[in-house]
Amino acid sequence: MDSLMILVPAALLLGLIGLAAFLWALSRGQFDDPEGAAGRILFDDD
Amino acid sequence: MSDVALLPRAAPARERPICRHCGVPVIGDEAFCCAGCASAYAIIDAAGLGSFYRKLEAFRAHRPEALETDFRGFARDLGSGVFALDLLVEGLDCAACVWLIESLLARNPSVRQARVNLSTRRLALKWQGRAEQANDHAALIAALGFVPAPYRAPEALVQDERETRELLRSMGVAGFAAANVMLLSVAVWSGHDGSMGEATRTLFHWLSAAIALPAVAYAGRPFFRSAIAALRRGRTNMDVPISVGVALACLVSLHETWIDAEHAYFDSAITLLFFLLIGRYLDRRARGRARYAVQAMLALSTGTAHVLSQGGVAEPRRFDQLAEGDVMLVAAGERLGADGTVVEGRSALDTSLISGESLPQAAVAGDKVVAGMVNIAAPLRVRVTASGERTVLAEIVRLIEAAEQGRSRFVALAERVARAYAPVVHLTALASFVGWMVLGGLGWDRALVVATAVLIVTCPCALALAVPVVQVVASTRLMKSGVLLLSPSALERLAAVDHVVFDKTGTLTLGRPELVSSIDDEALLQAAGLAASSRHPLAKALVRAAPRARAVSGVIEHPGQGLEANGVRLGSVRFCGVAKSSSDELSELWLARPGRAPVRFAFADRLRPEARATLDRLRLMGKTIELLSGDRFAAVAPVARELGIDMWRACATPAEKAEHLAQLARQGVRVLMVGDGLNDAPALAAAHASLSPATAAEATQHAADAVFQGDSLAAVGDLLEIALRTDRLVRQNLALALAYNLAAVPLAVAGMVTPLIAAVAMSTSSILVIVNALRLGAWRRDA
Repeated sequence: MDSLMILVPAALLLGLIGLAAFLWALSRGQFDDPEGAAGRILFDDD
Repeated sequence: MSDVALLPRAAPARERPICRHCGVPVIGDEAFCCAGCASAYAIIDAAGLGSFYRKLEAFRAHRPEALETDFRGFARDLGSGVFALDLLVEGLDCAACVWLIESLLARNPSVRQARVNLSTRRLALKWQGRAEQANDHAALIAALGFVPAPYRAPEALVQDERETRELLRSMGVAGFAAANVMLLSVAVWSGHDGSMGEATRTLFHWLSAAIALPAVAYAGRPFFRSAIAALRRGRTNMDVPISVGVALACLVSLHETWIDAEHAYFDSAITLLFFLLIGRYLDRRARGRARYAVQAMLALSTGTAHVLSQGGVAEPRRFDQLAEGDVMLVAAGERLGADGTVVEGRSALDTSLISGESLPQAAVAGDKVVAGMVNIAAPLRVRVTASGERTVLAEIVRLIEAAEQGRSRFVALAERVARAYAPVVHLTALASFVGWMVLGGLGWDRALVVATAVLIVTCPCALALAVPVVQVVASTRLMKSGVLLLSPSALERLAAVDHVVFDKTGTLTLGRPELVSSIDDEALLQAAGLAASSRHPLAKALVRAAPRARAVSGVIEHPGQGLEANGVRLGSVRFCGVAKSSSDELSELWLARPGRAPVRFAFADRLRPEARATLDRLRLMGKTIELLSGDRFAAVAPVARELGIDMWRACATPAEKAEHLAQLARQGVRVLMVGDGLNDAPALAAAHASLSPATAAEATQHAADAVFQGDSLAAVGDLLEIALRTDRLVRQNLALALAYNLAAVPLAVAGMVTPLIAAVAMSTSSILVIVNALRLGAWRRDA
């Protein structure tokens, strides 16, 4: 029972971090151009 | 940098050398096909970006074309000397092009930001300096072989993008909540054998509530809004049972948690929302991509005119800012932005957008001209008589929109199912509630739990996924065949088609003259060199036939007659002083050189590749075929004969075409109209389903359900076949989803559906319809 007191908040916290990362990425336009992003990694910056 | 890098990988080595930039065959050992390609290569090479050519995938770079638009008026002033410009870039095919444009613009120290979006073909540009630099940036992109067009997102699209983003955000929240609640729920379910204490279970239920309730309130908004909007109008839609089911599940579960009961349905409510949001998002994405494509074509039509000010100076003015009485200076090659009267000049106009006529019309002072015509010979001064919404072009577009109203009455199958389904669900839930209370003798709260289980189990989760998933797979598959779907219900209507009506010019044929006579190389090169400076369709055909010809300088264009340079003349029979004319009815050009016999170039419109095979395929599919053309009898008959079409009609006016289609509709015939001209547009709108080539007039593409790219007609057959398959899959999926839901209803009514059973039923039925839909993507046309 004691372990739950740590594990459940830990699971929630990890999930929340993931959600925050997703929302951040979304607001920064990371999902606006899936095709371009797929190709971009193939090239160096120069 | 070697030439070999330019060859497509799969192709065997060719003997003929090709242009280093665009890859068309060149003559002798020259490196480039034209001056444009040579300078594009020079720009790229000088910037040290030559590896672009190695990065190109299957695509080739494009041959540069001159720009006609003034971009100054489209630059936005962001203050403190920073300007922003949004461009739509045509010819952006792969990531290498993205890299090239971004890298090249970034070399310019004044450029603050250059970001290309490959999915939407848009370039966002910010620079420090002056507004005039907009033209430099656009010209640089154009010099590489891309076609930039100014872009302003229409209000509706901005709104739409906001909604798509909201859907995605809701999906993220719902996904997070669903995963965490499910984690807790699995623990609760596995503790039902008694291994979990009552206090722990209640704690877990409270935790689930704490996660699920805010998440449902947030992620459910798209559904709640749509349901409320429908109820206000006195209707129901699929979102009503969804909203009621989810809200009720939350409330009942809260009550159950409060009284330390065994089951709570928080996981069902949030997982349901998650799945539904996926379906909704897919649906929107499939439609969104087609919309961007049409928008790209429309953006190319916005442009700038040059207006003479009082001082006699030509100033750029956007089409939408032209006013009555303005005098436009229309250079050769420019498109008219408004209706007007010619006040000075003598030229020829390409009227193909308005009338579908492929040969140009003469224009002299006093002639009335309308927006959308292209000046192809000499400069004209035109006094504006009507602009913007009052032009003839805008009027035709309005006519089409009016004709389209009739089609909007069509209700998609999924919508019909939803309309019938919602009341049944609500009645069943209500009946089990009342039944258990009155006949079963349960308390109201117990009966409500049963009713909630009924609502959850019947909640159209698989039903909501069934259609969008198939649509997404189908439109992705169609895009591979070069077909863009513009109307969401197009596939369903296409599947019902049993009669196909074709237009001739531009639809069965390519709609442009092609050189048909065989000419010796020297004469052809000389003629094409002259023709390079003209925009006349026949001159363009000559240049297409000899792309390697060098443009001759000092060409004088005699409007309506021909071209002349250094004593060499290219033009009409009379202009070249030829005595006899040929007997056939082909369009022709003559080349007259001092001391040599005149040479005749004959041109004809050609059938699209695979026209014959496509018609045979359609007949095999059981469709009847008709040819309906506005062209002359003599031009239509040979085409009909060659393609084996028995039912054909010539000299049909736009009104007659539309009336003919309306008549067919009254007879109960489901017609697919395939056409390209603005004169076909009313007929396209009147047909059960419609299709037009991507070369069609913009307004015509607007009226069509789908647009096919490329010269080949094979896309028509593909489209009809995929439509049939899609329709079959949609019906299968709907049947599967309904069967699954209905099978679970008796269990739910009997009060035997626990949250665990609901979760299993929901997931398996959703996976089933998705897997079924994916079968379509594997379909290939039999060779």
